[in-house]
Amino acid sequence: MPKELWKGNEAIAEAAVRAGLEAYFGYPITPQTEILEFLSRRMPELGRSFVQAESELGAINMVYGAACTGVRVMSSSSSPGVSLMMEGLSYIAGTEIPAVLVNVMRGGPGLGNIAPAQSDYNQAVRGGGHGDYPRIVLAPASVQEAIDLMGLSFDLAEKYRMITMVILDGSVGQMMEPAEMPALKEIHRKGFDWATDGAMNRERRILSSIYLNPYDEEKTNLRLLKRWKDVQASEVRYKEYFLEDAKYIVIGFGTAGRVALSAVREARAQGIKVGLLRPITVSPFPHEVLDQLTGQAEAILVTEMNMGQMLDDVLLTVRGRVPVEFYGRPGGVVPFHDEILNEIHRLTSGTLAVRTDPRESWLTRMTAAS
Amino acid sequence: MATENLVYERPEAFTEMPTHYCPGCTHGVAHRLVAEVLEEMGVVNKTIGVAPVGCAVFAYNYFDTDFVEAPHGRAPAMATGIKRVLPDRVVFTYQGDGDLASIGMGEIVHAAARGENITVIFINNANYGMTGGQMAPTTLPGMKTTSSPNGRDVETQGYPIKMSEMLSTLEGTGYCVRRSLHDPKNIRLAKKAIRTAFETQVRGLGFAMVELLSTCPTNWGMTPVNSLKFVEEHMIPAFPLGDYKISDAIKQIKI
Repeated sequence: MPKELWKGNEAIAEAAVRAGLEAYFGYPITPQTEILEFLSRRMPELGRSFVQAESELGAINMVYGAACTGVRVMSSSSSPGVSLMMEGLSYIAGTEIPAVLVNVMRGGPGLGNIAPAQSDYNQAVRGGGHGDYPRIVLAPASVQEAIDLMGLSFDLAEKYRMITMVILDGSVGQMMEPAEMPALKEIHRKGFDWATDGAMNRERRILSSIYLNPYDEEKTNLRLLKRWKDVQASEVRYKEYFLEDAKYIVIGFGTAGRVALSAVREARAQGIKVGLLRPITVSPFPHEVLDQLTGQAEAILVTEMNMGQMLDDVLLTVRGRVPVEFYGRPGGVVPFHDEILNEIHRLTSGTLAVRTDPRESWLTRMTAAS
Repeated sequence: MATENLVYERPEAFTEMPTHYCPGCTHGVAHRLVAEVLEEMGVVNKTIGVAPVGCAVFAYNYFDTDFVEAPHGRAPAMATGIKRVLPDRVVFTYQGDGDLASIGMGEIVHAAARGENITVIFINNANYGMTGGQMAPTTLPGMKTTSSPNGRDVETQGYPIKMSEMLSTLEGTGYCVRRSLHDPKNIRLAKKAIRTAFETQVRGLGFAMVELLSTCPTNWGMTPVNSLKFVEEHMIPAFPLGDYKISDAIKQIKI
């Protein structure tokens, strides 16, 4: 297909449609509303289901219901709305059914603002909803990557009977870029052997997240973890830039990773041996490649549009072997590439020590500047 | 010549599992009426039930149909999701008053407003049964519960919510009636209403709900017989039985 100019949110919506989305349930919230608006036109055009729900609670539970029938279903929202959906996510996880949720993140906490942010990393990656459950989280950095990941998100959700979240910041949702759309796939209902779609010519089925006997619930928890081990073994995805001979490693996901790439390119032009690791699956996190990179690194810089959330995953992998520095812009602020370039220069100054919490020096620098 | 005639048996839409409901509770009656209707309509194998959180949380153990288990109050949203992708199936929710009229108020109102083609069986027993008898939105003024130990004080705890009356104001509601399960005559009327509510769905005539005034002997601290009397003497005056909305198309349905 030829490249066309696509707005991120609309591209996500169309990519989901082309991947076989049969039902969408959502609620308006900036900066993701274009997904809802686009699908309100597109889904009925194809004879597929669209409902503007009464709330995010309603939306995620409609997703839950439709997901129980085994069709491809999704919702989308932005940070405050995703908080409301956490109940449903936990139930979907506990019921072990596939569903996709897109979070076009904005500044928080609370009502925050509608500017691009990455502050829901922990909510997405660590769980958010109650109970002990894993989930797959994909983090695109461009409109094209968002398109490519939508099809994958459904495939992974179905393969592992698990929630796949796609987290992107508001800027990826709002920006327009040339991108290539995959072809529209015909819908093939897969006839999953767990789907509650009416007990015609078979034994009835029950889908529920209730295990009143703690030993059964424990078994369920362990089953989820075992499945998660398979995800970790097979589904880690990331992009590497200039890493082969890099002594300094920058790590960032989504837009923060993309801005960092400009800084890394500029630093390379200055002769600095720096490279970028951009996780695409932030869950499962690419621990293994980072572990290898730690072996060749003199120092590592984590850059995020939050106060250091992925940073914890990096610290877990690096385990104090080399200095890890942090540079974040929280609250809906997008860093400029020269800010990250300055941080790369700090990295190369050679005076860094291994710190318990790299946020401390960052906070000191941030508050001194203002 | 046979000396015995079988006059009463387990409906085909029921599993063989004995229910967990307390003696004298009318959940069992309500379950049976739904099962009989599904069987009579020949839709057992295309029905998907949505269980609530509350005493009927295990409803899925008793109906021999596909079933899902909703988060507290969200059954109408789940039913919406199912019905929208499988419009030829029969989808019903079975909800109590805490589930439907308190935490799930948003979901039920909007499912009705959208005219979702689902059937809702609404059990009104004036308290939260499963958690041990707390005040519900339907608790009568002055009625003692574990969270209104001095009796529901309407000045500080508000008034009962009349769901059938409320939902009947919505255009999307096709069928909305209140019945009672306190005696055989009313049980027969309730069954007819449940049948109509499912017929409404299979004909695509909009949202249908049957509210059933029910007993809770354990939490009311009454014998089963006195509970039935309580429904008649106290619940019905507060929640009058009647047809709150029957659209013209539904009036034409002959059962």
